[in-house]
Amino acid sequence: MSLVNFTAREITCKIVYYGPGRSGKTTNLHYVYERVPETRRGRMVSLATQTDRTLFFDFLPIDLGQISGFSTRFQLYTVPGQVYYNATRRLVLQGADGVVFVGDSQARQLDENIESLQNLQSNLLEHGVDVRTMPLVMQYNKQDLPRELILTPADLDDALNFRSVPSFPADALHGRGVFETLKGISELVLKKLATGSPAA
Amino acid sequence: MTTALNPRFTFETFVVGAANRLAVTAGRTVAENPGSAYNPLFIYSGSGLGKTHVLMAVGHAAKAIAAQLNIEYLTLDEYVEAFHAAIAAGQGDAFRRRFQNVDVLLVDDVQFLTNRKEMQAELLRLTEALQQSGHQIVLASDRPPTEIADLDERLISRFSGGLVVDIGIPDYETRVAILRRKAEERGSSFQPGVLETVAKVEYPNVRELMGALNRLIAFQAVNDMPLNEEAVRKVLGIPSAAGSPTAASPTAASSPAASADEFSQFLTDVTATVGKAVEAWRARVTEAVMRWEGEGYRAGRLEKLLEQETPAAVDDAIAAYVQDVERLKALEAEVAVLDPQAAGDKVFRDPDHMDQAEAAAAKVRDGAAPPPAPSGAFPFDSFLMGPSNEVALNAARDVIAKPGKKYNPVVIVGRSGLGKTHLLNAIGLELAKKKNAVVACLSTQQFVDELIAAIDGNRVDWWRARYRRATALLLDDIQLLAGKERTQEELFNLFNQLVDADRQLIFTAPAHPNTLEGLEERIVSRLEGGLVAEIADPDKELRRSVLERLLTSQHVSIEPALLDYLADRPIDSVRSLTGIVQRVVEAAAAQDAPVTAGLARDVLEGAPAPRRSTGFRTSGIVVSSAGGVRSREKMVWDWPASGDRVIEDLR
Repeated sequence: MSLVNFTAREITCKIVYYGPGRSGKTTNLHYVYERVPETRRGRMVSLATQTDRTLFFDFLPIDLGQISGFSTRFQLYTVPGQVYYNATRRLVLQGADGVVFVGDSQARQLDENIESLQNLQSNLLEHGVDVRTMPLVMQYNKQDLPRELILTPADLDDALNFRSVPSFPADALHGRGVFETLKGISELVLKKLATGSPAA
Repeated sequence: MTTALNPRFTFETFVVGAANRLAVTAGRTVAENPGSAYNPLFIYSGSGLGKTHVLMAVGHAAKAIAAQLNIEYLTLDEYVEAFHAAIAAGQGDAFRRRFQNVDVLLVDDVQFLTNRKEMQAELLRLTEALQQSGHQIVLASDRPPTEIADLDERLISRFSGGLVVDIGIPDYETRVAILRRKAEERGSSFQPGVLETVAKVEYPNVRELMGALNRLIAFQAVNDMPLNEEAVRKVLGIPSAAGSPTAASPTAASSPAASADEFSQFLTDVTATVGKAVEAWRARVTEAVMRWEGEGYRAGRLEKLLEQETPAAVDDAIAAYVQDVERLKALEAEVAVLDPQAAGDKVFRDPDHMDQAEAAAAKVRDGAAPPPAPSGAFPFDSFLMGPSNEVALNAARDVIAKPGKKYNPVVIVGRSGLGKTHLLNAIGLELAKKKNAVVACLSTQQFVDELIAAIDGNRVDWWRARYRRATALLLDDIQLLAGKERTQEELFNLFNQLVDADRQLIFTAPAHPNTLEGLEERIVSRLEGGLVAEIADPDKELRRSVLERLLTSQHVSIEPALLDYLADRPIDSVRSLTGIVQRVVEAAAAQDAPVTAGLARDVLEGAPAPRRSTGFRTSGIVVSSAGGVRSREKMVWDWPASGDRVIEDLR
């Protein structure tokens, strides 16, 4: 997809929230949804299983209005975290302009985080995209849990953030770090305007 | 009763952005074409976003274009108050007439019509009257017509029938532009980034934005120190920029106030990022595209620039584009005069195909038939002057010397045969000698017939255009307008347009305009408002001059006795004088005798021609055996003396 259409004067950013199951991707979108004025947001589409897990994906369109003469829209997606929904993840990842990797800060979920990160790299490659060129930020969610259960942001950076991309500690349930993360990925995505390199 | 237009509220002082561009464009259009573009124009917006400014700017702009326009601005409350006062004084009709004569009426705060049925009916009546008479009405409200509680459906329909536009909250760029301009107007300067910081706050209206600026100006003046961004935040209570990601506080994030601001802050940050990311040249080109597309021009050429990575000479390209747009405007304006329907052609909105626009304009120029010209048979030099026509002739000379300036209109009045048509055409011929002159000189009957043909051919606009381009309009026998309502309407409009443009108007009539029947008062008053110059029955001096010229042209040696005799004949017009000379000369030719006073006496005072023996009178029109109709009167060689004819007519 085209990130910036100068002729139509449109900026459309597709941002995908990626991560292992139950890491809080949909919670991020819900928090954003509740804070965006009604006039600026579209209908949030959630396709969930009976157990309330994301089966296909969540989709939240946000209209930021005219910015520098460009009609600016953000489209936020989540992928299903469960391992067996890889086809859906790959589909949603297609055409993404940026990725938010939502990691679960719980120590026992570290392996799932690493696995999901590898899966992200693999799926991007399927689309011919080098993960090193894709705007990416890390969000370490559930930092509100007891310290003994979670890893610190620094530990998680060491374990997961091998590219040293911006990382954000978060408590998506209460909103901490949600907009900071969104702002972080937005900046990275929009900075690609200056280079003019096509998005994935 | 009405409020004077605030001199500061002009289009020049109004900062145009995406949120108000449509309203400004519509306002300008209305100011340039009051009564014909969007009527009524209804502007609505929240408080403090510039409704009143645009409303008054329309008034200023219309006045600048046509200074004679009667423009009035008032709020609805003022209108209501005036109406009540008029009713109390028993002057309701005068009140209505007064507003119906306003050329551009600007009514503010129309939302106060809520629950005022009486005023709604009054405004509906006024709107209809203004529309029907081609006068403009512009209204402003804080909400669209459909949301004004208890508003009469007919008013909603009437308002919606024109153009309803809104003014939105200005975007970031517009806010920056407003702040910069206002700061400059007040002679204040700020450090870089200060005004941008203020603009990042989404004030609900421009008034509050100005309040913030006022505080900054006052603060800076008191402290005599330039404010920096941080100081501005403190003065205006703007929260600091978001800190590092790890500094975010869960408490802050979860509080309702902070939550509500999260999206705004995010939007502000994204705006700044986009601003940096979109190259400056792209922003300039995009701005140009938006502006000109907003005014209805195609901007394909500029859009192609945006498709390039690094186009060369962007500013030159924009300047060239603007130059082409200006040329298109000029062409369209020229064509609008010649053929208003052709002016709406889309070729005048496409700067990428200038050749087509030039060709279309050339076609209209070629196709615009000039209006009927004055007849060459009536040269000015051949119009002889005497005391009886001295006033009219001197007025004619003044008009020729200063067309449209000294006397406008001129109405030449006098009985038939005194030379009104001659003088009219003679003036027309002289006016036509001037540079770029287009003189329309025709009989009123022809004028009426042309209009009927134009209506029949659905070419009324084209017909109007023919006459609107005239630098002078000369109509013979204006009394023939009697009962021709549509022609009077057209002439009224044409009259106003031509007079407004200092174009000369001259009419002839058998009597003073205010004695002519069947003419509308507005026409009569305009005719009487110029110079009414009378041509009286030819005096003896004039008769002698005319006779000398007539006899000379017939190669008759002029005997004083002959001249005295003919000049003393009881004639009432130059045409009659010509008739008797003709009779005498022809009688002399028949008798092969010289033209003398005696012969003239025999011819003119001899036994009257034998009358027809038939016992009944006819109309004088006979049907020829060869078909067609001939006038018996035109076949009579020996015309009776005019005195005899009068008696005959009275029998």
